[in-house]
Parts: sequence; structure tokens; C-alpha cells
Amino acid sequence: MSRFQKLPRHILPGFGLSMGYAVFYLSAIVIVPLSTIFLNTLQMDAETFFSAVSAPRVLASYRLSMTTAFFAALFDALAGMLTAWVLVRYRFPGRKLLDSLVDLPFALPTAVAGICFATLYAPGGWLGVFFEKWNLPVINTPSGIVIALVFIGFPFVVRTIQPVLEELEPEVEESAYSLGANRWQTFRKILFPHLLPALLTGTTLAFARSLGEYGSVIFIAGNLPMKTEIAPLMIMSKLDQFDYAGASAVALVLLAMSFGMLLVLNSIQSWQQKEIR
Amino acid sequence: MTPAPRTPGRGDSPKIRIALISLTYLFFAAFVFLPLALVFAQAFQKGWQYYRESITEPFALEALKLTLLTTAIVVPLNAFFGMSAAWAVTKFHFKGKTVLKTLLDLPFAVSPVIAGLIFVLLLGSRTPLGSWLGERGITIIFSTPGIIIATLFVTFPFVARELIPLMEAQGREEEEAALTLGAGGWQIVRKITLPNIRWGLLYGMILCAARSIGEFGAVSVVSGHIRGLTNTIPLHVEILYSEYNYTASFAVSSILVFLALLTVILKGSMEKAYLKTNPQSAKNHEH
Repeated sequence: MSRFQKLPRHILPGFGLSMGYAVFYLSAIVIVPLSTIFLNTLQMDAETFFSAVSAPRVLASYRLSMTTAFFAALFDALAGMLTAWVLVRYRFPGRKLLDSLVDLPFALPTAVAGICFATLYAPGGWLGVFFEKWNLPVINTPSGIVIALVFIGFPFVVRTIQPVLEELEPEVEESAYSLGANRWQTFRKILFPHLLPALLTGTTLAFARSLGEYGSVIFIAGNLPMKTEIAPLMIMSKLDQFDYAGASAVALVLLAMSFGMLLVLNSIQSWQQKEIR
Repeated sequence: MTPAPRTPGRGDSPKIRIALISLTYLFFAAFVFLPLALVFAQAFQKGWQYYRESITEPFALEALKLTLLTTAIVVPLNAFFGMSAAWAVTKFHFKGKTVLKTLLDLPFAVSPVIAGLIFVLLLGSRTPLGSWLGERGITIIFSTPGIIIATLFVTFPFVARELIPLMEAQGREEEEAALTLGAGGWQIVRKITLPNIRWGLLYGMILCAARSIGEFGAVSVVSGHIRGLTNTIPLHVEILYSEYNYTASFAVSSILVFLALLTVILKGSMEKAYLKTNPQSAKNHEH
């Protein structure tokens, strides 16, 4: 790299054009529209804002979105770790099929996922019959929301752990064995710490995605006030009542949570880079 | 011990191996195979004839048309943006590059419902800009342009985030060599850069297309759900479902499932070609 430093910064043509177009398009499609949320909330006085975001129904929806996203991310961490491990370490029939199907939640429209899970777990549905027998209602409960979110989030965990696991040098593990460590010790002391940053990154991505998820959740959730209304649905219902100010206030808090997650992600990544060095 | 291949299953006992593989299959059965099987079982519940009618009735066809129109507009626009952003970010040094890269990913952190909301707040009939446009006979929200703009926002990062790591890994030497040999800017892009990034570009465009076909939350906010006019395929699925017409709803869904499976297969085979064009990028590649 250092041999380039003496050269002028812009050798190739087209900096002004490409940069200008990129910044213009970014502003028109992303920055200006997003700023409307802030401008709309700035126009509200503090009291109206706080009464909008601290209404019991809104607070309940934030709490529900946070807790369901948390439990879904936790489950995704386990299922994603397992899937990544099995896909990278073992050769078995159907491995390639499973590997491609990991991406299905990225490609399948959320509404389709939503009606699938709602029908599967409905009373009398393919899986609903079992849960009925065990007296564990899924439809119209937070556990139903968690199920939909697990589906949405798990590819994030698999796809962040997989490359790290693939790159891992066999020598590291082999030397641990030759020094007398058993499988479990090697996993806990050598592999797991190495995979931890990727695991945290993937889990945070799954959590952030779950916080704002709408399409796959609303069908199985039943949307009962105070019980199974997620935060994005509260924005939707305020919009249906033409309460634009209220919708922006609720959206601003949800946005702040998502951006908070981005910050967490950035600090995980800078920590990861330090680990590698 | 026989010399085993270096990667697979180092040291795990067969018992553990079988247990973990079975557990993975169990997870996939509950979360992937059963839902997929359910779609087709429900779609064909009332027979082939009903299935065909459900997907060829006028409202379904109108919805399909609107979805395809949206995708046909959104993908080229975002692809062109992705290329120019990647060119600016990877071929030059400038201050604020990290900030720009973070801003490019911003739409991924925004809830789809909020993505719809911001365009209602910007262009809805009650806003200054929206009423100004309305006086000139242009409606955006609750109409096709609104659906297209919201989809542009939601699918904004896909191409750029595929191209930037790829072009960063490829460096600038080839383009600079072409420049010293007297090639012009567009010539360099056409003859050097485009062939180098073609797989990454296609890959990003496929992800962008898949998301724009399937987007639900953002489109739902700006569409107004007018049948035959502002209904996309995912919205049509929702309407049929909420009318308890489950069979038709799953029949229409089966088209989307088919497209999703196609995307996943294309993505898989393209990844191989993609990694071949640039082995270094395998390391930084996230998805």
C-alpha cells in the first residue's frame, strides 16, 4: 500500500461524477426521507411526544418487541451455531441442499412466511395439534411471534459464523489435542473464543432485524392490544388513524433502538479486529 | 488412523456427528421443510383447476404485473447507483469514506413499516410537497410511484454492499494500467471493471430483485390496498388470507415460494462463479 502514497489521490477519472451521483441518490432515497421522522417529531412539544411514546399500549409493544426479538436471537444463536458447525465440519447426504436453504428466509417474502407459520401452528394445524395436546397455545401468543422471528433471523447467524469456521486452521485444534486437551476443552477454550465475535455479530444482526420485522409476525401474533401487538404494528395502527405525529414519535424510538444495535455491532467488529491482530 | 480429509469432522465421534446432523435436520424440518410443504399442500387442496383459477384471475394478474413493473424499475436504478457508489468508494481516497459506507447500509437497519412511513410523511397528500404535487395532478402515496419509491429504499444497499468488498479486493491496478495505455473512463469501465465484477453485480441484482418482489411492510404502508390498482403480489396474498380464502392465498404464495427457491439456487451456483473470479474476496464475504 505504501508505494501508492506518493501518487496523486485521484488517478482514475470519474470521481466527481460517481461520487456526485452516489451522494445525490443516497440523499434523495435515504437521507431526506428518513429526516422527515426527526422533523415531524421536532414539531411536537415534549409533552405530546412523551405521552405518545409512553402510552401503556405503546410501552407494551416496545417491551414485547424487545423480549420476543431477544429470545428469538438467543434461539438463533444456538440453531445457527449448530447449523454452521454441521455444514462446515461434516459431510453427509443433503448437506448442499441444507446449505442453500439457509438463505431461504432472505429470499422468501415475509408475508408468505407469516401465513405459513400461522397455518402450521393454528389449532388443528400440522404442528398446532401437538401444541394443543400439550396445552401450549402458540397462535396469538408471544411464543408464536418468537417462532416467526427465529425463521427470519437464523441465516444471519449461520452466514456470519460459517466463513470464520471454514478459515480456522486445523493446526490450532491439533496442537490442543497433542497437548492433551479433550474435545470439549478444545471447543470451549480454543474454538469458542475464536467464534465468539462472529456469533455476537450474527446474533446482533438477527436481533436488529427482528426488532423491526412486520410481515412474518402479524399473522401468527393475532395483534391483541397490550398482549401481542409489536412496535411496528403500533406505527401501522397510528397511520391508519391518520395520527402522523404519533406514528413518527413511536417510529423515532424504534429507530433509536435499531441505531443503538448498529453501534453495538460496530464495537463488536472493532473488538474483533483487535482480536485478530 | 487412515489419512482423513483435513476439514470434515475432525475428531468428532460418530455418535456426536449423527446426533448433531439429526438435530440440524429436525430444525430444518420444523422451520423450512414443513412450511414449504404446507404451501403446496394448501395451494392444491381444492384441486388443480382451482389452483389455476386462483393464479390467473384478473386481480392476481394485475398484482403480478405491478410487482414485475416495480422490480423492473427498482433493480436497474439500484444497480446503477451501486456501481457508481462502489466506483467512488473503492477507486479513490477521500475523507468521510467510512461514514458514507455506514450510510449505504442504513436502510437495512430500518423497520419496513418505518420505510413506508417516511414516504407518507414526505409525499403524502397532507404534506407540503405532497399537496404541491397533488395540485399538479401527481399522486405518489397510495399509488404506483409510492410503491416503487418505498421499494427503492428497502432494496437500496444490496448491489452496493456486494460490489464494494469485491472491488476493494480487486484493487485499482488493472484500471490504472488501462489508463496509461490511453483508455478513456467509460472504456475502462466497460472493458475492465464490468467484466471483473459481473458475477458480484448479478448476485447483488438477484438479491435486490428477490426483496423487491417480496417486500410487504413498506409497500403495505404506501399502497392503500386498492385491488387491481395498487396491489402487489404479497399484498394480494394478505388480502386473500384475511378473507379466509386460504387455498387461493397459498396458491398465489406458491408462485413466490417458487421464485424464492429459484433465487436460493441461483445464489448458490453464482457464489461458486463469483469466488472463482476473486478468491481473495472469499475471506471478507459476509453473506
